[in-house]
Amino acid sequence: MNSLPNTEREAALRTRRAFLTMGVGAAVGYGGWSWLRSRPEEGDVEWPLRRVLRGNETIAEAYFKDSHRSPEFGPSQVTAPRQNGEIGLGADFEPDRWVLSVHGFDSTPTVQVTMARIRELPRVEQITQLNCIEGWTTVVRWAGARFADFTAKYAPRFHDARYVGMQTPDRAYFVGLDSASALHPQTLLCYEMNGADLTSEHGAPLRLVIPVKYGVKNIKRIGTIIYTNERPEDYWANQGYDWYAGL
Amino acid sequence: MTRIEEKHPLAIRWLHWVSFPLLSLMIWSGLLIYWANDVYRVGLDGITLFHFFPDWFYNGLGIPQRLAEGMALHFFFMWLFVANGVAYVLYLALSGEWRKVLPDRHSFRDAALVTLHELHLRKEAPPQGLYNGAQRIAYTGVIVMATGSAITGLAIYKPAQLSWLTGLLGGYPMARWEHFWLMAGFVGFFVVHIAQVIRAGWDNFRSMVAGYSLVRGGEARHE
Repeated sequence: MNSLPNTEREAALRTRRAFLTMGVGAAVGYGGWSWLRSRPEEGDVEWPLRRVLRGNETIAEAYFKDSHRSPEFGPSQVTAPRQNGEIGLGADFEPDRWVLSVHGFDSTPTVQVTMARIRELPRVEQITQLNCIEGWTTVVRWAGARFADFTAKYAPRFHDARYVGMQTPDRAYFVGLDSASALHPQTLLCYEMNGADLTSEHGAPLRLVIPVKYGVKNIKRIGTIIYTNERPEDYWANQGYDWYAGL
Repeated sequence: MTRIEEKHPLAIRWLHWVSFPLLSLMIWSGLLIYWANDVYRVGLDGITLFHFFPDWFYNGLGIPQRLAEGMALHFFFMWLFVANGVAYVLYLALSGEWRKVLPDRHSFRDAALVTLHELHLRKEAPPQGLYNGAQRIAYTGVIVMATGSAITGLAIYKPAQLSWLTGLLGGYPMARWEHFWLMAGFVGFFVVHIAQVIRAGWDNFRSMVAGYSLVRGGEARHE
């Protein structure tokens, strides 16, 4: 019986082959990582990552429904307000002269909507979470008009637009929204917060409350609303964040 | 008499090794995200024993100010991480290998005896198959933890669309906390696993690469 050397030779061969294969596997993995991180960027993030964010968006949009709602809370669950983000809230702003400009993809002239007209729309109160993209959350009692009601009244011909863009009056901050999220029943053009008129730091006179999106989409001090079929630019999506940012 | 004994099938070995960089990437990109709201600590009332994480930790790993990058990576590699995990569970289920991994009615008693043995409090280790009781519990535990990470992750990824799930987990802040501690559990598993692999020695390590164990006369030791 001289099987010992054979066994050890076979074992050594298998070991060599297996370690070589694993080594090749590791090199392929490392190569893939280097490739990924060296791709040209789209909106401050490597294009393959951007493409997967878009793919995730397609899945999320397919699942999205008006009946899928952000949780609502009782008045006792309202938390201390938190303020974050001052872009677009510059001092050179006269609230008394504010009007909302609304326009769309056709050549019809811009519609100007005053605060009084917005307050005429059915007033909706809701206690929902504001989920900051940083990972914290607050519970806030908001009041305002449904964006869907606003659209039906002041921009009915744009109801089928694919996207909605919103900008601050100075155009320093801007968000892009898919219209399904904008027209969701919990999306409000909001003018009251925790039982009082909005303060300037929270976006007076009119801000967006959109609990199906991260806080970054809840634009303060809206100046212009644009209904469009082209994906509107988005402040944070230009800086590497997901454009959709849906919850 | 030395003989070759088959120990780990090829699929298990590949899925095992692929899971290592994927889990590392998920943890690292998760830390890039966590940094933006790093609220967890260990302590009592006002006294903080340890804050997750101190500045030296963040700066040492280059973590600050990379939230957008972390999210893009996390929501890219999550697909590969889940695909690898699903493939692993499917393979275990269909090949029958699950019989060697899932704890059975002896495992908890065995695990206690193995632990006593390894702490040198008991002379003999209980008899075992491929894995001892402690290993069965640990290796099944990581499958459960990975499933938990995917579920809690989904709950904080889509807390509106999946509000029923987020609600079941105790709400958004609680689900995020659970997601964090599952990550910490993986790190804990990793540390113990590496220590045990080093203790078990070369034959055991090689078996996870080449698949076989060299058995000389007596019995092989398995980790």
